Amino acid sequence: MEFCGGHTVTIMKHGIRQLLPPTIEMLSGPGCPVCVTDNADLDKAIALAGVPGVILTTFGDMLKVPGSRTSLQEARADGADVRIVYSTLDALQIARENPARSVVFLGIGFETTAPTVAASVLQADGEGMGNYRVLSLHKLCPPVIKALLDSGEVRLDGLMCPGHVSAVIGSESWEFISRDYGIPCVVSGFEPLDVLQCVYMLVSQVERSESRVEIAYRRGVRPEGNQRALELMNQVFEPCPARWRGMGQVPASGLRLNKAYQHYDAELAFDFDPGPTLEPKGCICGEILRAVKTPRDCQLFGKVCTPASPVGPCMVSSEGSCAAHYLYGVAE
Amino acid sequence: MSDKIIMAHGSGGKLAHELIEKTFLEALSNPLLARLDDSAVFDFKGRLAFTTDSYVVKPIFFPGGDIGRLAVCGTINDLAMSGAVPLYLSLAFIIEEGLPWEDLMRILGSIKATSREAGVQIVTGDTKVVDRGSADKLFINTAGVGLVPEGVNVSGSNARPGDKVILSGAIGDHGIAVLSQREGLSFSTLLRSDCAPLNGLVAEMIEASSRIHAMRDPTRGGLATTLNELAAQSKVGIRIEEEKIPVRDEVRGACEMLGLDPLYVANEGKLVAVVAPEDAEAVLERMRRNAYGKQASIIGEVRQDHPGRVVMKTRIGASRIVDMLVGDPLPRIC
Repeated sequence: MEFCGGHTVTIMKHGIRQLLPPTIEMLSGPGCPVCVTDNADLDKAIALAGVPGVILTTFGDMLKVPGSRTSLQEARADGADVRIVYSTLDALQIARENPARSVVFLGIGFETTAPTVAASVLQADGEGMGNYRVLSLHKLCPPVIKALLDSGEVRLDGLMCPGHVSAVIGSESWEFISRDYGIPCVVSGFEPLDVLQCVYMLVSQVERSESRVEIAYRRGVRPEGNQRALELMNQVFEPCPARWRGMGQVPASGLRLNKAYQHYDAELAFDFDPGPTLEPKGCICGEILRAVKTPRDCQLFGKVCTPASPVGPCMVSSEGSCAAHYLYGVAE
Repeated sequence: MSDKIIMAHGSGGKLAHELIEKTFLEALSNPLLARLDDSAVFDFKGRLAFTTDSYVVKPIFFPGGDIGRLAVCGTINDLAMSGAVPLYLSLAFIIEEGLPWEDLMRILGSIKATSREAGVQIVTGDTKVVDRGSADKLFINTAGVGLVPEGVNVSGSNARPGDKVILSGAIGDHGIAVLSQREGLSFSTLLRSDCAPLNGLVAEMIEASSRIHAMRDPTRGGLATTLNELAAQSKVGIRIEEEKIPVRDEVRGACEMLGLDPLYVANEGKLVAVVAPEDAEAVLERMRRNAYGKQASIIGEVRQDHPGRVVMKTRIGASRIVDMLVGDPLPRIC
């Protein structure tokens, strides 16, 4: 299984499955931060965008994701002030330029994104900025893989570990999988040759009946990870239970602002009502994220649900499994 | 005189006349425009090509060009893609009040230089000034007419199985150059927009072969969208090879960082030509001698199978569908 949505895109975009022998089956995992965001959390973000005086800043790919009733894109068309930023530093700049408004950054992402959000909180704190807040919906990768393996729903012969997440948390973070579950783990980069090398290394381990953690992405990843990034993350955030689409609540798989920085927590700072959570009918994004089904198993795929009018998040995100299958589907 | 455009410049009164006579006429002078009648009147014999487009690029100045050069090139290129020789353009400004005079002069200078380069005349125009917030600095509309020479029949529905697909150069330069200047996304790059008038290149191509079946400039939506349009219009399949498509390292790098695909990024000085196989090499050779076609290459061919679809052989030898652009490409999280 490739955990990461970026790997799914590489695999689909370059047609890697066609080149592999039929004995190797690639499963797409839950590693798309947009896709795993629960509808209840999306509704929170959309409701926050509607709070008078709030400017909601977000990365672009969250804009189109449908929540229970609407999306940030539609909320913006209805008058909410939703702005796309490319970095948390842009969100801070908007906060500086609008001292009378509250600027909320929608913190979605894995361990790759969380350190930059932590840095923005520390920067705001250093400048004594009173109008910057974060809605922290960050998620952690190792706990969810553990939950997935513990569920017993999928049987894996090897795990292609995420490249950018591992650059932050280090390849050592996956040791428990090879040790406790006997599954070979290889960290991969995102070029087609990285992925092919990773598959080769995984197969070699299987053939030798080994299970170790190896790195096929040495130019980006070290066993111990990026200590500075981890320090920033630990300084500002603490682990908390988090809801994952399709998997429900997973203990210690999310990040919230810790006591010292709680006053930056948008959820505590504003009074808003996200309303009751609804799930789209017929959408199997949850099962796709758990790798028990593939996009082609979904009745909505390519008919009702397309990138132009997506029903579920996996069709919206540029790293979503459904979008990758739809856009880069096999030609013949 | 004020250093910026104010509402009165568009009122039809004295300031408006000054703007037109002192600024526009001086910059763009030609006998047809100088008559200042309600419409330009000229003789015309032959098949006429006629097109229009509006330009709302943000920011209005970008590396390698500005909204003025874009407005001239865009319309000229649309005419050229039909095999027409562009002759006359109209030029209409919608100016947001407060636009610095200096900016307007720079843009007029660029319109003058570009129309001179392309050998077209601006023969009629209009100016409106709207209050702040009703437009974003400056919008430009141009329309153009051109003459389609005898025997030339270039259309998006003429691609035939067996034809070769030629691309005139590296893709994605314009889109990435503009994106690099956007508010909140400033990254430094030496990349410049490819914005250029292609009528000269097209004239030489038509001279080299009478069997150019289709041409199109891959602007918004990029190469992928253009090829899909051609495949759908001609009811044929198109097969391209990833390795043959030139992409600059800067463009590839920026796209990777932003989660974009160069195949979908806009170009303003590139064209795709579908040419009968026996003439493809001659056309290619001629293109490469033109400054705007130096990197031209044959990137694929037209097929009978999978009509309406574009399929690409990937770098590592597999194949995949290349679909049209859906919605606005939005940069990703990680």
